[in-house]
Amino acid sequence: MAATLPPPRLLPSGDSAVTVEFSRTIDDDANQRVLALDKALAASPIDGITETVPTYRSLLVHYDPGKIGFDALGEKILPIATQPLPPATKARRWRIPVAYGGEHGIDLEDVAKALNTTPDDIVARHAGGDYKVAMIGFTPGWSYLSGLDKSLHMSRRQSPRVLTPAGTISIGGIQAGIQCLAAPSGWHLLGRTPVRTYQLHRNPTFLTEPGDRVTFFAIDHKTFEELDRAAEAGEIVAERVDA
Amino acid sequence: MSRLVVASIGPASSVQDGGRHGAQRYGLTVSGAMDRLSLAAANTLVGNDPFAAAVEIGPFGATFTAKDGAVRVAISGAPRNADIGGKPVAMDTSVTLKDGETLTLGFARGGAFTYLAIEGAIKGEQVFGSLAVNARAGLGSPYPRPLQAGDEFTVDAASGAPELRIELPKPARGPIRVLLGPQDDEFDDANKALFLDSEWKISATSDRMGYRLEGPAIKHLHGHNIVSDGTVNGSIQVPGNGAPIALMMDRGTSGGYPKIATVITADVGRLAQTSAGTAFRFREVTMAEAQDEARKFAQLIRNLPDRLRSSDTIALNIEALSDANVAGYAVSAVDAGTWQVTAEP
Repeated sequence: MAATLPPPRLLPSGDSAVTVEFSRTIDDDANQRVLALDKALAASPIDGITETVPTYRSLLVHYDPGKIGFDALGEKILPIATQPLPPATKARRWRIPVAYGGEHGIDLEDVAKALNTTPDDIVARHAGGDYKVAMIGFTPGWSYLSGLDKSLHMSRRQSPRVLTPAGTISIGGIQAGIQCLAAPSGWHLLGRTPVRTYQLHRNPTFLTEPGDRVTFFAIDHKTFEELDRAAEAGEIVAERVDA
Repeated sequence: MSRLVVASIGPASSVQDGGRHGAQRYGLTVSGAMDRLSLAAANTLVGNDPFAAAVEIGPFGATFTAKDGAVRVAISGAPRNADIGGKPVAMDTSVTLKDGETLTLGFARGGAFTYLAIEGAIKGEQVFGSLAVNARAGLGSPYPRPLQAGDEFTVDAASGAPELRIELPKPARGPIRVLLGPQDDEFDDANKALFLDSEWKISATSDRMGYRLEGPAIKHLHGHNIVSDGTVNGSIQVPGNGAPIALMMDRGTSGGYPKIATVITADVGRLAQTSAGTAFRFREVTMAEAQDEARKFAQLIRNLPDRLRSSDTIALNIEALSDANVAGYAVSAVDAGTWQVTAEP
């Protein structure tokens, strides 16, 4: 990594938050910098910062204008944001079971048709990918993944669905995702996982963190039912493979 | 302990507090009161922390009955007719319901949300420091959903403290103030001007997640898709159809549409209280002004206890009082004047 980094843009998000933008596109380097700045701010907190939200390409920093002004905060953030990246730390790796197709992945056949191939091939390409949790957002535990196979990039649905099921595994544009709760979505539904990336009374409440690595493996629908019951009871049914 | 029973209640009513902070990085929505000043005023009247959990009552009516003892409550926010057994109750005052008595609240008259705070506050299981209801995530306590008739709160018995009223600053006037950005560069000058110079109305399809704005279509410079990034309360995003959406308390923590502007902290509650169909405008302010107003707003809330008065001195012309409030909320937002939060009465 180059020693000097272009400084990020500091974009006001109202009077109590600033978007520290490293890139306008999905870019792994930019995401690395977002996560590095997030970590640095957690390690040496700046008085007045109340909460940070890492995304693919920017870090949203919430702050209390009663404690620090926009300019003063920017002056403190910029030197940290332009430091060379720290050496990569070992990421946590998760293997996530997915019941593909059928009622759990109602768009699988259409995706295969649109890409001139078979549903099995789509499953192989999706499950064969090595993904990174680039950000979590929208609703609790909704993990946005980078690393989707280029051959699976496709436009979102023309009209979003008002409600898609909890645990939906989907792709949209150049992104893949793990959706925890039922939510509206314009992405293509390939399958469903019994894994809860968010579960209120479980420790930990949130399973995935930005920076984690994820791979998928196919399970049959009967196994889904079994794992789903275990997960409902609070068991973590994702396999952690980095330890 | 006493009980406060929800005898009847309209949709869009729920338990709300100062919101759930610290887990937006995991996609956990903030939620909390749409109008923080009114929540704080109601709580202050009954001696609670300003952001303690209270009942946020949507535009429709509601009735509450005290059981197993007296319950002391206070109402603030969108004005309504209120009475206990036919005897009028003023807004911005505390009142004690004796065992078996019922507080009846009518429809909101101007504004959208009224807060009913209960002495000792609503009790429940906190998640990330909050009882606020986020129905989509099934979060909130004691009921993780909008309130229904028959729900009840176990609450402290009324302390017998003297009843109070609170003198709030004159109701807000003037346009809703915004800072441009963070993606105002996704719009050309003509479209930014169109956004700032047009009259807007809030669509009837709005909810706690977002207020859809009806007005001219705002055109993007490079299309409507951006790579998803973080949102704040008051982010105004412009989706593909050009109709802006102001993101409110139940917003998603990230979004993929360009955000042309952000409502300043001091005005988010005022936008929340703007009734569907009421015309209003936006006005751009500087960062310095926005942050100054944010600090004054925080100070106003901190100093609410200084605004408490004995309720003995209240003018009992409830109709006149309510009408004054309605005028403030309902017709002021198009005026060219500026609303200033003042730290002192």
